[in-house]
Amino acid sequence: MTARFDVELEIPARSEYLSLVRAIVSTAAALDPRLREQRIEDLRLAVSEATTNAIEAHAELGSSERIVVRCNLGEDRVEVEVRDNAEGFSPADLTPHPPAADPERLEYERGLGIPLMRILADEHEITTGAEGTSVRLVVYTTPPQGETRPTVE
Amino acid sequence: MQLGLQALQRDQWTVLHVAGEIDMATSPELRQRVVSLVAEGANYVIIDLSAVGFCDSTGLGVLVAVVKRVRTNGGDLRVVTDDPRMIDLFELTRLDRVFGVFHRVDDAVAAPIGTERDADDR
Repeated sequence: MTARFDVELEIPARSEYLSLVRAIVSTAAALDPRLREQRIEDLRLAVSEATTNAIEAHAELGSSERIVVRCNLGEDRVEVEVRDNAEGFSPADLTPHPPAADPERLEYERGLGIPLMRILADEHEITTGAEGTSVRLVVYTTPPQGETRPTVE
Repeated sequence: MQLGLQALQRDQWTVLHVAGEIDMATSPELRQRVVSLVAEGANYVIIDLSAVGFCDSTGLGVLVAVVKRVRTNGGDLRVVTDDPRMIDLFELTRLDRVFGVFHRVDDAVAAPIGTERDADDR
C-alpha cells in the first residue's frame, strides 16, 4: 500500500508530551474525511495508552532515549506505530482483571491499557524484545459491518 | 498541563468537579486531591467529569482506587458524565458495574444510597 501521508514524531519519554502525541495523531487522522469522529477518538485513546506504556517502560530503566510515534494515512486505514527502546515485556504474562462484580476487582488499578488498545483498534500488534517494543495500531477508514466491540472481560 | 479541581459539598456528598484531560501526567494530581478529601472525612464522593475532554486507563485506575478507599470507610463513589465517549469507556471496561455513572450531578446527589444505576438506564 502506498502511503498518502506520513507523520513521525520523536518525544522525550515524559508524560507531559502525551497530550502533544494525542493532538498530532488525532489531527493527522482527521485529515481523512472518511474517518468518523468516534474512530478518531478510539485511535486517540489507543495511541495514548501505547505511548503511556512506552514512557513507563523508559522510566523503569531510567532511559533518556526518545519514543517514536509514526502515523500513516493509508488507502483504507490509519496506522500508528509507537516504538520504544526499553527492555520489552511478554503480553502473554498480563493478568486479566477479575469480573466487575467481584470485590477483588478493586485490587486492580492498573492493567487496562493493553485491553483497551485491543478493543479500540481494528488491528493491533505488539512486537517486543530486548531491543524494545513496537505497538502497531490500525483503525479502518470503513469499519467492518455488523461487529460489536467486546469488553475487557 | 494541569487539571481544574473544585470541591463543593452537596448534602452528604462531596462533589469534585474536574476539568481538563486525565492521563499519566495529570492523574497523580486527581489522586492526591481525592486522597486529601477522603482524609478530611469525605466518604461519599461524586467525581464530576462533565468538563473532562479525555480520560485514559490511568484516570480509570484513580477511580478504582477511590472506590476502594471510600467503600473501606463505609462510603461510596459516583461518577458524573454525559459524554458518550466517556460512558462508552466505562462500559468497555465494565467499570459502569463497579460504580454508579450518572448524567448529571443533581441525579447523582438525588439517587438514594444503594440504588446505583448506570447512565444507560436513564
